[in-house]
Amino acid sequence: MIEIHGLKKRFGAVSVLDGIDHRQAAGEVVALIGPSGCGKSTFLRCLNWLETPDSGSIRLGEVRIDAGTPSASDPSLRQRLRRHTGMIFQQFHLFPHKTALENVMEAPVQVDRRPPPEARDLAMGLLSKVGLADRAHHRPSQLSGGQQQRVAIARALAMKPKVLLCDEPTSALDPELRSEVLAVLRTLASEGMTLLLVTHELAFARDIAHRIVFVEGGRVVESGPAPEVLDHPRHPRLREFLGNSPSAQTFGADRSAKRPS
Amino acid sequence: MFLAWTAGGWLIGGASPVPAKPEPPLPRVLRWANDAEGGAPYIFHPADQPNRLVGFEVELAEALCQRLGCESRFVQYNWSNLIPGLRQGGNFDIVIAALERTPENLAQVAMSRPYFTFGQQLITRAQDSGVGSLTNLTGRRVGVLASTLSHRLASRQPGLEVRVYDENVNYFRDLELGRIDAVLTDSPIAAVQLRDHPTLRRAGPPFAPAHYAIAVPLESRHLLTRIDAALGDLIGDGTLERIYRRYALWDADQAKLATWKPEPPETDTLKPAQPLDLATRTAPQPTHAGHIPDIPGNPGTGSRSPLRYLPILLEAAGTTLWVTLASMTLAVGWGLVLALVRLHGSRIWRWAAMAYVEVFRGTPLLLQLYFIYFGLAQQWGWTLSAGAAAVLTLGLNYAANEAENFRAGLEAVPRGQTEAALALGLSPLQTVRRIVLPQALRISLPGLTNDLIALFKDSSIVSVIGLVELTKEFLIRSLDAGDYLGLGVLTAAIYFAMGHTASLAARALERRLRT
Repeated sequence: MIEIHGLKKRFGAVSVLDGIDHRQAAGEVVALIGPSGCGKSTFLRCLNWLETPDSGSIRLGEVRIDAGTPSASDPSLRQRLRRHTGMIFQQFHLFPHKTALENVMEAPVQVDRRPPPEARDLAMGLLSKVGLADRAHHRPSQLSGGQQQRVAIARALAMKPKVLLCDEPTSALDPELRSEVLAVLRTLASEGMTLLLVTHELAFARDIAHRIVFVEGGRVVESGPAPEVLDHPRHPRLREFLGNSPSAQTFGADRSAKRPS
Repeated sequence: MFLAWTAGGWLIGGASPVPAKPEPPLPRVLRWANDAEGGAPYIFHPADQPNRLVGFEVELAEALCQRLGCESRFVQYNWSNLIPGLRQGGNFDIVIAALERTPENLAQVAMSRPYFTFGQQLITRAQDSGVGSLTNLTGRRVGVLASTLSHRLASRQPGLEVRVYDENVNYFRDLELGRIDAVLTDSPIAAVQLRDHPTLRRAGPPFAPAHYAIAVPLESRHLLTRIDAALGDLIGDGTLERIYRRYALWDADQAKLATWKPEPPETDTLKPAQPLDLATRTAPQPTHAGHIPDIPGNPGTGSRSPLRYLPILLEAAGTTLWVTLASMTLAVGWGLVLALVRLHGSRIWRWAAMAYVEVFRGTPLLLQLYFIYFGLAQQWGWTLSAGAAAVLTLGLNYAANEAENFRAGLEAVPRGQTEAALALGLSPLQTVRRIVLPQALRISLPGLTNDLIALFKDSSIVSVIGLVELTKEFLIRSLDAGDYLGLGVLTAAIYFAMGHTASLAARALERRLRT
């Protein structure tokens, strides 16, 4: 369902993505791991064109964009790509001037032009699903970090995306708040949602990912089923990465990390 | 212009074959302009009857209109802009406002036969014995009214330090207080002010006689002919004398107005070679020297409470209010466009928006107002009404400030907000309108409120193009009433009430936008 070919991206002199290929089937859960600055977040942000890749192609269902060709500058094509992807940000990015319910309703009403009562029912259903029906009328500032991230997940699901892109969804959360977000993601995975997540939570990745992709230096270095990649790493760089204080990697050494450059 | 020419041809040509066109009719309403600020005995509000306008020029205007068969309508206009205002047209038809019949004025407007003869009077403090004439004032400070004959005469006299005032009363106050050493002014003003200020005295007799005349636009020759005829009637039948006697202004010089002939003697007084003091020999002896009997409604009679001016001040505050609100609406709308263009436009548009902001922030508001009101009309014939020019100028000027306020607000909204909205599929326009702008507005609001309150006060600048707003009304009335403190407090209270209401409303809006 997802097919990425030869994706390249430079920031100035730095080559962040150096020809990434990636295929993912519907319902598959893939975790991207790798050291900070390896390009995994940039890769994710290229998939909904928040970053514009320099070359390569992206296909999502029927939508296909080839970077560097006229199709890449077609706003409607870009819009369709975004319409079919949901994104969860490390910093949640809820709209602070809207209640939880209004956050979830925004895109169905504005993008899909659904009647507000219908969108409201949809949004309430999704808030119930993430366990926040009783917080529907709270502003983001009145919610904990974990609650905000769960609202953000409901907001993304409201557009019924074909794939949910999660960019370090728990890195900004205190350990005791992570589990509630992880639980929601686990439920989604079990329901057959296609997930592509960037994470440092190796235990969680092992738990829910069908496949783990190790990225370094803007390239896919190793890829395979979770137990195989995590327990029997073949590439020395991956061994080094896993051996380098995996516990710290798991428990938020990277919490304050900014977006990779 | 065309009508005036053909009418002239018909009158002069008599039986010529030029097709006879009827003389253009006079307007039903004749709008005459003057500045009510500080104008006894010319034009003023009696202190005990603030709603009445009196003065010998007011009564002259009314008698003249009656004689012409027109309805008289007074138009308030800033004195120093009367001539440009008349030339521009549209605001009023004629000026009856102590305009001197001098070559300088005749070059710009057409002027009627004189309706008043006056001289220059030097005034000083009673105990200051050293001042006798302009020539022995070297190195001392002389107050004059801007762009008057007195101003020109004083400027021509070497060695004087000339202080220029823009109304007729405050230099007497400054003279009493010792801020200046003498005042050179027209004899009618001198008479009234000497009565009100016993600590002052005449320094020598009046000199440099000249005339006040009615001004009409250069192209309104037909109107001038009619006015000259009507003025002649008023002089001939004693109406003028009756009016002038009520203000103790009738004297031998005024009696000579009946036999006035248009010749160029006016230029004599302006010949720089002629020593000014020589003129005093030919100057008439003042018959209204000394005490002036009751002029209707002298300051000092009637109720002293400034509250009687409240309805008048509130009406003027209405002008301040609509000018401010209309300008701010324009400024906010246009400022938002500028800010969005500056942040999201292509390079050339970004540059243009930035240049706009810098130019409007970096040049004086008064200059912009003159440019838009007088400059556009002069250069391209875009004649805006005073109200439109005021709102346009203030709006365009404040838009530069609001653009910066909005830019600060827009830039303060985290990039993640835009990304989250785009990732959901919102269009760039929807993202700005629904997500970024509401948050930016909350950040910009304190700055916008600040500017709104500043605009309430800055809007007083529009009085220079003839709008009587709160500050102008205060200036007119405080001079009438001779009460700066009471009226000042009252006016300040009205400004405060308007500004404070605005800030309360803004605070309520801020609460609603709180996240």
